[in-house]
This record gives sequence, structure tokens and C-alpha cells, in this order.
Amino acid sequence: MYDAGKVILGIVVFLALVTFPLWYNLAGEVSVAAPELEKAEGSQCVQDAEWMRGHHMDLLDDWRDEVVRDGERYFVGPDGQRMEKSLSNTCLSCHVNKDKFCDRCHNYMSVDPYCWDCHVIPKEVM
Amino acid sequence: MNLFFSLVVIAVLIALPWLLVGAAGLDYLFGVIVPYVALAVFVVGLIMRVLQWARLPVPFRTPTTCGQQKSLPWIKPSRLENPHSTLGVIGRMLLEVLFFRSLFRNTRSELRDSSRLTYFADKWLWAGGLAFHWAFLIVVARHFRFFLEPVPWCVSVMEGLDSFFQVGLPIIYLTDVIIIAALTYLFFRRIINPRLRYISLAADYFPLLLLLGIAVSGVWMRYFDKTDIVGIKELTMGLVTLSPVVPEGISALFFVHLFLVSALLIYFPFSKLVHAGGVFFSPTRNLANNNRVKRHINPWDYPVKVHTYEEYEDEFRDVMKAAEMPLEKE
Ligand code: HEM
Repeated sequence: MYDAGKVILGIVVFLALVTFPLWYNLAGEVSVAAPELEKAEGSQCVQDAEWMRGHHMDLLDDWRDEVVRDGERYFVGPDGQRMEKSLSNTCLSCHVNKDKFCDRCHNYMSVDPYCWDCHVIPKEVM
Repeated sequence: MNLFFSLVVIAVLIALPWLLVGAAGLDYLFGVIVPYVALAVFVVGLIMRVLQWARLPVPFRTPTTCGQQKSLPWIKPSRLENPHSTLGVIGRMLLEVLFFRSLFRNTRSELRDSSRLTYFADKWLWAGGLAFHWAFLIVVARHFRFFLEPVPWCVSVMEGLDSFFQVGLPIIYLTDVIIIAALTYLFFRRIINPRLRYISLAADYFPLLLLLGIAVSGVWMRYFDKTDIVGIKELTMGLVTLSPVVPEGISALFFVHLFLVSALLIYFPFSKLVHAGGVFFSPTRNLANNNRVKRHINPWDYPVKVHTYEEYEDEFRDVMKAAEMPLEKE
């Protein structure tokens, strides 16, 4: 083999890059499982959990448009109740702790929604 | 035919996970076994190719006439385009790998005004290629949020910059737009130009379509047919920590994305895509042009038996003298 030193160095760098996630996660010694979420206080969500997992951002986005652009502030929930289209007042009234519900998955997935740039988290107001 | 063949192969690669995960419940095969096999083939295959290249001797320097060679002290050498030192070679290699320096020299020839052959600079291939490669790099780097826990800050910074304009929800990544636009251009470039189409092989269409399939399925999963990505991260974290699990509720679309990536990994070492490693072994890029400074001896030269003029004269001195031929030594 020619230039063995350089070639082997290249291969070592390549292997280090490929196996990096393994070392990183082992060194971190954190649980790699999905985060535990705090149980909601209410009995029923506005949609089923499976749909919400993938699409809650769509729901909030639609609500935002309907409220801000069309002035439609209320909707009829799954149990026939009239509810306000509001993240802070409706969603967070059941999922009372943002940091034990929203943030757990958002941090796990490195998602940083800019909703909170303007909206205040209810507890922080007090 | 080449195009048609590639399209059929891609269609099969999409249909397999789509049908088998949904109908036959082969989640574990497509979520764990195939990715592991693909990664093993990729790593071993690429190392084998590299070792194969490293065994080939390259005794002589190949000067490429891209710049003034180093010669007399008062002639200014072109240090990057025609490097004579290791530092210069590293610089030239960086320009090549990061900015595709030699592709930037690309020209095109065309008959203009009926019969005049004209050469002109053509930067489109360079621009399209560079756009694709950088977008690809950034997309792959951003994917480390699926493989690392906690997600390091540099990945978050990259996500922030990539979603700078905060358009759409989830916010549209600029690199997603760029990678699909660039791949689409590179693909149609081969189809629209008849000469290019004539020389294009299945090995040219297939990688472009495969990458396009990966990018489109990823984009589809992020923006249109959303799925439970927390479940996906459980799967990916299981894979990289060697304790695989396949959680419930992951859509078939994810398995399509993952299967196409696996196909890419398997295809990589045995196709033109291996230029990623090969560029470092290009003799016209990785050797300093120091032919005038240093003597390079061919390692497989064997000692040649020579008969010098002095020996010749010694042998025939008498005969030559008799014939009154001029001699060097009397
Ligand atoms: C060659 C490698 C890959 C390429 C080029 C690629 C490309 C993409 C693209 C362009 C997207 C759109 C969103 C974004 O840019 O983040 C995406 C999304 C996604 N990719 Fe990949 N991908 C690759 C490998 C993988 C692998 C190995 C996995 C997991 C095992 C994966 C899982 C995902 C998931 C879950 C999404 C959806 C993200 C979301 O919903 O926010 N990808 N991919």
C-alpha cells in the first residue's frame, strides 16, 4: 500500500464519523427512550392522540388563521362543548405544565416553535 | 431504455417497503435489518475501494496546465492552481472538494451562426452540482437530531439558520427547496440535451432519481403526510445505540424513506457515487507538481543492461582506427 499513513488516517476519520452517534450517546449516559409525558387533566382531547402526535401544529396553525383572520374564536369540541380556539387557554388548561408536556418532545426532537416568542405561558404571568 | 430501467428500479424500491410494511407487517425487516445490512455494506465496501486504490502506484506527477509552474525565482508561480508544496496541494484539494474548482472551468461547445464552432463557459452544471452537494450535506447534518440525545447545539443552530425565513409550518427549510430544485435540474439536464441524453447511462439516471426519491419522501413526511416523529426517534436512537426497537404507529412513508436511504448506502461503494472518496486519490489533484525540483523514480523500473559509447569504442577501436573514423580516445 502506498501512503499508508495518510490512507489509514482517512479511514480512521471515516469510521469515527460513521460511529460517532454510538459514542456520543454512550458517553451521554442519558436515557435514549422517548420522553415521558405528564398525563393531561381533562378526559378528552380535541382530536385523538394518534392524530395529534403528527398534526397538532396544523391544528394550531388553522386556529390561528381562523381566529386572527376570520374572527371565528370558538369551535365545538368532541363532547359537544363550545370551546375557545386558544393554545394558552384551551390546550394548556388540560396539559397544565408546558415543560412537562410540550417541551419534553420538542426538546427531544430539537423543535423550537416560535409561538412562544409572543404568547406567554400561563404560569409565567402569575 | 436507460431512463426507463432506472424509473422501474426506483418504483420497485418505493413499492417494496410501501406494500410489505403496510400489508405483511415486516417493520422489523425494513426498520432494523435492512438499515444495518446497508450500513455494513457501505462501510466495508467503501474501505475496500479505498484500499484497492491505495495499492496502485502513482510514480509520476501529473502537471495540469492550470497555472504557472514553479521555476525561476523571478517568475511568479501559481500556488493553488499548480502547487509545488504540500500546503499548496492541501489548498487545491480544499478548493476542489468544497467548491468544485475544476468543474468551474467547464466549457460547452456549440455551432453558432450555422457553422462557427464556439466554446463558451458553462457554469450551470457547476452551480447545480454545488447547490446539490451543499444542501445534501446540511440536510444530512441536520438529521443528526434523530441520532443524538441530547441534540447538540450546533444542530439546533443549523436548523435555525436553515429555517431563517420562518415560512410555513413546519417551517420550510431552505435546503429542502434547494436540494429538490438542484436534483430536478441535474436530472432534466440529462434528458433535455440530446447529446447528453445519448451518453447517459442507467448509472447516471439512477443515482439522481434515488436521491430525488429520498428528498421527496422526506419532504413529504415533514410537510404533508406527517407522522409520529418521536416514535421515529425511538427507532433511530435504538439503531445507533445497538438496541433496536420498532415502535407502533410509524407510517409506511417513513419506511420508504429509510429503504431508499439503505439502497443508496448499498449502491454507493459500487457506483460513481464513490467519487466522494475517490477525489482524494486523483493524481492530478493530490500530487505537488515538483518534477523540476525532485527526481521521481519509477518503482518498477528494473536495471536495464546498457552499452555506452565508451564501451563501444573500446570494443571497435582498431576497426574504427583502420577506417579512419574519428575517435574520442586514441
Ligand atoms: C442520504 C440520507 C438522507 C437524506 C438526503 C434525507 C433527506 C431528507 C429530507 C430532504 C427531508 C425533509 C426534511 C428535512 O430536510 O429535514 C427528510 C426528512 C426526514 N428524514 Fe431523511 N434523509 C436521509 C436519511 C434519513 C435517515 C437515515 C433517517 C432515519 C433513519 C431519516 C429520517 C427522516 C425523517 C423522520 C424525516 C421527517 C422529519 C420531520 O418530519 O421533520 N432520513 N429527509
